[in-house]
Amino acid sequence: MPKQPGDASTQQVSLWRRFMNQAANVFAVSAAVLVIVPLVVIFIYLVWKGVGSLNWAFLTQTPKPPGELGGGMANAMVGSAVILALASAVGIPMGIGCGIYLAEYGRDRFGDLVRFTADVLNGVPSIVIGIAVYSLIVLRQKHFSAFSGGIALAIMMIPTVARATEEMLLMVPNNVREAALGLGIPKWRTTLSISLRTASAGVITGCMLAFARVAGETAPLLFTAFGNQYWNMNPNQPTAALPLQIYTYALSPYDDWHRQAWAGALILIVMIVAAVAAVRIATTRGALKGAS
Amino acid sequence: MTAIPALANAATERRVSVASSVLQRIRTTQPRSSRLPDAVFRVLILVTAVSVFAIVVFVVWELVDKSRLSLHQFGVGFFYGHDWDPVNDQYGAMPFIYGTLVSSLLALLLAVPLSVGVAVYLTEMCPIRWRAIISFLVELLAAIPSVVYGLWAIFVLAPLLRDYVEPFLARTLGWTGLFTGPIYGIGMLAAGIIMAIMIVPIIASITREVLTAVPQNQREAVLALGATRWEMIRMGVLRNARIGIVGGIILGLGRALGETMAVTMVIGNRPEISKSLFAPGYTMASVIANEFSEATGDLYLSALVEIGLALFLVTLIVNALARLLVWSITGGAAGRVRA
Repeated sequence: MPKQPGDASTQQVSLWRRFMNQAANVFAVSAAVLVIVPLVVIFIYLVWKGVGSLNWAFLTQTPKPPGELGGGMANAMVGSAVILALASAVGIPMGIGCGIYLAEYGRDRFGDLVRFTADVLNGVPSIVIGIAVYSLIVLRQKHFSAFSGGIALAIMMIPTVARATEEMLLMVPNNVREAALGLGIPKWRTTLSISLRTASAGVITGCMLAFARVAGETAPLLFTAFGNQYWNMNPNQPTAALPLQIYTYALSPYDDWHRQAWAGALILIVMIVAAVAAVRIATTRGALKGAS
Repeated sequence: MTAIPALANAATERRVSVASSVLQRIRTTQPRSSRLPDAVFRVLILVTAVSVFAIVVFVVWELVDKSRLSLHQFGVGFFYGHDWDPVNDQYGAMPFIYGTLVSSLLALLLAVPLSVGVAVYLTEMCPIRWRAIISFLVELLAAIPSVVYGLWAIFVLAPLLRDYVEPFLARTLGWTGLFTGPIYGIGMLAAGIIMAIMIVPIIASITREVLTAVPQNQREAVLALGATRWEMIRMGVLRNARIGIVGGIILGLGRALGETMAVTMVIGNRPEISKSLFAPGYTMASVIANEFSEATGDLYLSALVEIGLALFLVTLIVNALARLLVWSITGGAAGRVRA
């Protein structure tokens, strides 16, 4: 640790320099506090407003018509689950495949190009992805659907999963691959059963982070999944999603809907935080490392 | 172990015979049976990689294609036209560009000192046992969905601004012209503040990464010259890391420019250009979010897509710039690590 000014050995440090040092300390500490405060305040509000509004009806019923009391977001929760399942089913395999390409094959020009496009895709505003998927699927099908929402979220998941997979595969020592290949195991089997398996903890982390990131996305769903006031189990029809419902309710003029928006937000955040925390525990405790 | 040599020998022989039979099988079947699956696997993997590239090309293509109508009709004038009038089919994007720029810059102005401060605290000052907890909390801030930030901003931040902060600013700094006019709570200032909270974790995590990459001996060298801790941080750490920090800031800017939901919920959604930060505004992302699904008429839709295209291109440039800067510090793309 650096020696603190004020010791006998640093008596000659001028008042100004000592003052600046203290000022910098105070600034850094207060910055840390200021960053943490909104987080704490948001969580307190979520729990305070959300728990008070949670009830059985909220978890089991569909929304009531505007202005009527009661109702819930059950259809939105199920809709979100359907959309996220679709997104994961498409986005995670594609992301992992792309990551494998980048780590195991893509050490050429084209690999660099793919790497760069993945980073570009990561920075594309979610609303722009919404427009693109709208014109690809919704415009051609002439109706909104959970399916198109899933595709939009999948596109957002791919770059995160791909870069995480690449990074983790690159950390697998080459001897492991060579040992496998030396036993006569074909390359595809080596990649899937040896390299990917060794890297699985990190790859799973990447997938969970991508999932957490898209779970709360609203903008790309506005004109793809669109939302729905009723039960809908057909992924080819407009489907309600939790973030969309929160958005609509928050901007409505009804107090009861505001209350439900808080409850919905609480459920959404509990879901996401649970996922992130699970990842943290899994990676720090090494519970997933047994997979290798 | 080898008390009975005959048994041991038998075991060894058996092992050898198993091994040789495996080798035999590999030798005879491997080349033919693995060539095809390997080729198929390679093609499958290549397809996923190509499709990532294809997705980006396709996004650009769709945006250009769908905005063609508006591009022809208004040309470059679209970007400095002030009127946004769907009734008369007149579209100019200036109010949205202005709103996006002002709210993003305001967010950066608030977020940069905070995130650099928190990163410096975490890497240089924080006791080790606090470090993991605080960085986890900062990461958690990034995990909160945009719409939840928006919800909080509407019901907590905006009333707070309306009742306390904005009247105070109007009294003390009203003469600058930035803090005048009717006080609604929602408006440019609220949007800037909520966006600042959202981009702090991005800038902070990258700054932290860059600060950690500064070699320890740089710090020791400056301290050995008799510097205080702040002088060590300023000369030994921040000066070495400045390019990477700028990269992180630009990455945060990229995120702020494209941020949609939270801003849409608190910026007021009025296509006007006003000097005062209390006034409602409108951003490029929010106008798309609000009007896209209700847009009637091809030109209206086309104009909205053109805004999307502009947003895409700006974030593309901003992100590419940021990546280059960050890579120049932390040592290139991940793929370059292995020779």
